[in-house]
Amino acid sequence: MNAQTLPGAAGNGASPDAEPILAVENLSASYGAVRALDNVSLAVPAQGLCAVLGANGAGKTTLLRTLTGLHRASSGRVLLEGEDITRLPTEKVITRGLAHVPEGGGVIVELTVEENLRLGGLWRSDRRSSTTFDEVMDLFPPLVERRTKTASTLSGGERQMLAIGRALMGRPRVLLLDEPSLGLAPLVTKQIFTLLRDLRDRIGLTVVLVEQNAAGALSVTEHGYVLNQGSVAAEGPSDGLLADDRTRHAYLGF
Amino acid sequence: MTSPTTEREERSTTSGAGAEPPRTPRTSRWGSLPLPARHLLLAALGLAAVTGLLFATGDLTALRIAAIGYTMLAIAGLQLLVGGSGQVSLGHGAFMMIGAYTMALLILHQPMLPLAANLGIIVVVSIVAGVAVGAATARLHGPYLAGATLILAVGLPGLTHRYHEVFGGSNGLNIRTAGAPPFLDGLLSTSEWRALVVWTTVVIGLAVLATISAGRLGRRMRALRDDETAAAMAGIPVGKTKVVAFVIASTAGGLAGGLQAYVLGTVTPSSFTLVLSLTLLAALVLGGIGSLWGALWASVAIVYLEIWARDLARAMDMSRNAENNLPVVFFGIVLILILRFWPLGVHGALQSLRARLRARSSSS
Amino acid sequence: MNYFITLTLNGLASGAAYAALALSLVIIYQATRLVNFAQPALALLSVYTAYTVTQLTGSYWLGFAAALTTGLLVGAFVERVIVRPIARTSQLNAIIVTLGLLLVVQGAVGMIWGNEQHGFRYAFSYVGRFSPADVFSLVAVGVVALLLFGLYRFTPLGLRMRAAAFHPEAARLSGVKVGLMLTAGWGIASLIGALAGMLAGPPFISPNVFDVVFVFGITAAVVGGLDNPFGAVIGGLLIGLGMSYVSGFVGPELATLTALAIVVIVLSVRPDGILSRPTARKV
Repeated sequence: MNAQTLPGAAGNGASPDAEPILAVENLSASYGAVRALDNVSLAVPAQGLCAVLGANGAGKTTLLRTLTGLHRASSGRVLLEGEDITRLPTEKVITRGLAHVPEGGGVIVELTVEENLRLGGLWRSDRRSSTTFDEVMDLFPPLVERRTKTASTLSGGERQMLAIGRALMGRPRVLLLDEPSLGLAPLVTKQIFTLLRDLRDRIGLTVVLVEQNAAGALSVTEHGYVLNQGSVAAEGPSDGLLADDRTRHAYLGF
Repeated sequence: MTSPTTEREERSTTSGAGAEPPRTPRTSRWGSLPLPARHLLLAALGLAAVTGLLFATGDLTALRIAAIGYTMLAIAGLQLLVGGSGQVSLGHGAFMMIGAYTMALLILHQPMLPLAANLGIIVVVSIVAGVAVGAATARLHGPYLAGATLILAVGLPGLTHRYHEVFGGSNGLNIRTAGAPPFLDGLLSTSEWRALVVWTTVVIGLAVLATISAGRLGRRMRALRDDETAAAMAGIPVGKTKVVAFVIASTAGGLAGGLQAYVLGTVTPSSFTLVLSLTLLAALVLGGIGSLWGALWASVAIVYLEIWARDLARAMDMSRNAENNLPVVFFGIVLILILRFWPLGVHGALQSLRARLRARSSSS
Repeated sequence: MNYFITLTLNGLASGAAYAALALSLVIIYQATRLVNFAQPALALLSVYTAYTVTQLTGSYWLGFAAALTTGLLVGAFVERVIVRPIARTSQLNAIIVTLGLLLVVQGAVGMIWGNEQHGFRYAFSYVGRFSPADVFSLVAVGVVALLLFGLYRFTPLGLRMRAAAFHPEAARLSGVKVGLMLTAGWGIASLIGALAGMLAGPPFISPNVFDVVFVFGITAAVVGGLDNPFGAVIGGLLIGLGMSYVSGFVGPELATLTALAIVVIVLSVRPDGILSRPTARKV
């Protein structure tokens, strides 16, 4: 796993006190009459690893979908590096440096592994996209031999890798992941969590990890938010949340 | 037809699915009547209304009212198929053609048979045709069924050329049908009599369709439309129900075609083009799927948009080509606009308008 | 035997046009799960445009280029302006709106150019068994199919179009402008539809000249599998052959009903067409 040269925020080491790279201010969203997000605010520091936890239906997925414009915000703002991206269409949001791996990965099973990866970098019209491709391939050795096979032949863990790889092809500053551990064996989940931490350390990626697997997610992240019925019920340093029995029992169920 | 103001009752008592006709406000005695009786009573009311309309208007309008009648029956049958069971048929005109040619051949070769017997035979022939087509296409779904029925609509008129001796080729068949019986002389013109005959058949047909739709079969069809797999798991015989829906639709279409032949006195293959089939389906969606009212608006639209377009073309002194083509262009544009702004069709738009008015009056 | 060979060659040539039309249906179906019943009408408009351009300039090839351009532009316009706002509401309404378009365009063509037949020339001489015009049909469709394959398989645009068709949301998350891809798909499809019209139109055109061609085109698409471009081409050639034999040996009036029989039989055995591959759409 040699990803030193993978671009992104490399060399842009912001101090922890600086303005957050991703700021969510009083974001609300609804499905018809049902309010799915209610005045949610988050602040994710550059190169931070941040977990968003909560039970089924707490609004975690809606939060990510609203951040990347897949779902319309009814009020509030999303700021990426200080720029308001709340009303941008998804395909524009992506080009601002915010990548989103949806639940299940969103791998296009009809396309080959290579086509899936290339798709992620198409919008970058620069010449270096082939170097990015090699770098991403280096990150995921299992994908190399499957390069020309359709993605439908991949296992769950490999699909998740492919999905993350495709997101990295766009050289994002911030990566949003929706339940990457869903349906994966504990060992594979652990590999993926470790990979996220690696990416942060090596290329300065900021990661927002939505998880139901709260214990796993808190053990890999630095900061955590707990959503309950669409609003932030608790937040704090991950080890603090992990140690706080009340929060754990009330919202995280372990 | 009952008064449109009763529609609210239906909306509040049923979920609005299915092709149930509007009901009058439920008094206890009304509610205690069995459903078929209720539908028959409504049919009688509708017939009375049409009769009144016939007396109030002229001879020319009588033919239009007759046209609205048989078109409505055809569309109501299609509605049961598309709105009820979710099968999209682009070949409904083919069944009208079968009914029309059956009527013409019966009148030509068995002139002594009474009209009611002709209509009965048409029902039988249409059922046979419906079973044949329905069984052949039962395994087809979605766009594939639409494609197959479209081919039927284009292909069937070819038979009249192939068997020229029987069907008269592109000239078609001309028939003479009886006018009003002697004892009604002076009271009803021939056109008015025919319109009455048409509507008598139509209201009976509509009552039958409404009863089917409200009953077990209707529920099964709607279950199919909503989720075929779930319906199958709930024990609904999927194939059989689909074929039955097809047969009901083809019977309504065949009857409508027979009535058309009876009114117009002529059948030609050029009256049953692909455009007819497409227009029927399109009008159904334009009128509003899921209610017999939608079929009424649809048939009024088909008949009157054509008349208005022709008047417009004449008023603007257009060429013959323009005059002949304007109706279909006009219809298409109205259709696209209605779908654009009222996705639920005219009936849906009226319903939401009424709901809004009610909300306003109850809040004030 | 000689007659049989003639029928075979004729069948292949007319099959090329059916293949092109089927291809145009499949491209749109793949992208939007919608059978574009307006396709023959768009082809009609393109062919009449070619007719007028050829009349004015005397050049067949200027007319040919005009037809393809018209197809491209009208297809894109129709998707963006008419179909998209309605397709959002319901699948049935989307089908109905293409039917509405079919009515409008067919009627409008009749209003502008008249219901009577106009002579419409072939690209090349049509004299003889397997005439230059026949060869041109086959070559043109072959080239188009290859170009389409190349576009889909090897270009970034093609990759974007496939991604948008297979998984619109994942495509958007990869920065693909999905709406634009749909518009492009409709444009390309209608261009190919216009080509089908140019091949199937001669020797005479009239407002409903493509009704029967459309029947064979849709038969080809359905038989080949609505989401399989290869199936469309193979299906088109097979239907061309089959219809040629039926017309030659039985009678042309029965060709459409034979097409119906083929559709019903094929789909009863394979509900998604001969070349369909069962793919899991949802992951």
